[in-house]
Amino acid sequence: MEERFLTCIGCPMGCQLTVTMEGTEVLSVLGNTCPRGDIYARKEVTNPTRIVTSTIAITGGDKERISCKTASDIPKNKIFDVMKEINHAVVRAPKKRGDILIENVAGTGVNVIATRDIAVKS
Amino acid sequence: MMKKGIVIIGGGPAGLAAAAAARKKGVQDILILERDAELGGILNQCIHNGFGLRRFKEELTGPEYAGRFIDEIKALGIEYKLGTMVMDISKDRVVTAMNREEGILQIHAGAVILAMGCRERPRGALNIPGYRPAGIFSAGTAQRLVNIEGYMPGREVVILGSGDIGLIMARRMTLEGAKVKVVAELMPYSGGLKRNIVQCLDDFGIPLKLSHTVVDIEGKEHITAVTIAEVGPDRKPIPGTEERYTCDTLLLSVGLIPENELSRSAGVEINAVTNGPVVNESMETSIPGVFACGNVLHVHDLVDFVSEEAERAGQNAAEYVQGELGEESGRVIALKAQDGVRYTVPSTVDPSRMPDNLTVRFRVGAVYRNAAVCVYYGQDKVKSYPKRILAPGEMEQIILQKAELEAREDVKEITICIEEEGAK
Repeated sequence: MEERFLTCIGCPMGCQLTVTMEGTEVLSVLGNTCPRGDIYARKEVTNPTRIVTSTIAITGGDKERISCKTASDIPKNKIFDVMKEINHAVVRAPKKRGDILIENVAGTGVNVIATRDIAVKS
Repeated sequence: MMKKGIVIIGGGPAGLAAAAAARKKGVQDILILERDAELGGILNQCIHNGFGLRRFKEELTGPEYAGRFIDEIKALGIEYKLGTMVMDISKDRVVTAMNREEGILQIHAGAVILAMGCRERPRGALNIPGYRPAGIFSAGTAQRLVNIEGYMPGREVVILGSGDIGLIMARRMTLEGAKVKVVAELMPYSGGLKRNIVQCLDDFGIPLKLSHTVVDIEGKEHITAVTIAEVGPDRKPIPGTEERYTCDTLLLSVGLIPENELSRSAGVEINAVTNGPVVNESMETSIPGVFACGNVLHVHDLVDFVSEEAERAGQNAAEYVQGELGEESGRVIALKAQDGVRYTVPSTVDPSRMPDNLTVRFRVGAVYRNAAVCVYYGQDKVKSYPKRILAPGEMEQIILQKAELEAREDVKEITICIEEEGAK
């Protein structure tokens, strides 16, 4: 048996949650005051995911960096692998919001997409 | 002199939403004046996600949220000038601005919408002892350097203040390879959203020290270390609790101040609590035809609320120039913030001019659990909304109904207050 301690992010209450686990199985969630806490805790201890947002170097544009994000959640333990690829990538202007900048980033099956437009330097 | 129906000062989220709403109400000649080189305001550097959950029911990044409004402004053919700094607004709504191409411009506006946003409280406002070396940045300045310019301010970071920008920058600097050693917060609670504390600090094992502040800064040319100490209930450092952290960067996330130099010089009455203009139910300031919205009015927690409030300002400004904004009835109900409620926006309500349902926004001054937001018409308690939690970092709101206020002609003052459990 293992206990994990989390803060619920469902609302400003910030309930302190205690999750009891046996291996990967959740035995109980305590400390939540509404069902959202239970759902959050179970997801967070079994399959925590995050959207990663950053910037990528861009050449030939009217800016040096283009803001980007993973098109959907990636596993939390892949955050730094994703960042490593993002930091090595260089893309070329022009780019539009939603354009794919990196395909299948860090083997997650998720693309990194542009979150803004960058025009060609005039 | 150039003439325009509506001139909007600022092309951030407030100015963009106000412009689009005014155009949809039928005002053709609208001009947005923006001092930066692009529209979108601070959202352009807020590359993290979490924007638009209420408005678009999806989680957008700042540039995406701004992008949607910029697309709309362009589709509506609304005129804007970039790189243009407004120098003065006169009482009769002559806006004086300047830019590199046109020099000095004077525009007579049928209505003016103030949407200048806010700026960060600087170190000078904090009285931190110690040296004044390089390497001390406001969190938003660091955010611009990292996200727009592509420079890292440093590698070993201490953050003072747990406002949302500070928390977001703790994560951002960590993702870019910096070591964020600690976030110190003077108050016994964080001013930031819970989600940000978990996903920006806990995710990366960054400690948050509540009731702590910076008591010393070392380094003559560049910062080399800071000392933080615990503070007592009087917010004074407790001797013997000092801890020294070596660092090359200190970020300050210690509050935002609405940017009202133009409003003040125009003679707009300013609320001492919000540092923003006093507005009535129409988002109109003490100068008729001058409206305000967004963070220049009061600092918001979510941009979604800025957009909504700005649309109201834009619609009302449109009605003003079209001569459709109802005459003031002479009946003005004052909204009084009391017992834990720090302020209200708006400050006054004229029932004849208000919409059927008027949203009144406010913030509380402390953390309350199991309390109630209560509304009094004069001495009569008319509403009590139970709240499991109220926190200074989150904006609260109540709705006032036109029908109720028109039926109660005796009401001259509405009090909004917090009552704790047991208190009746």
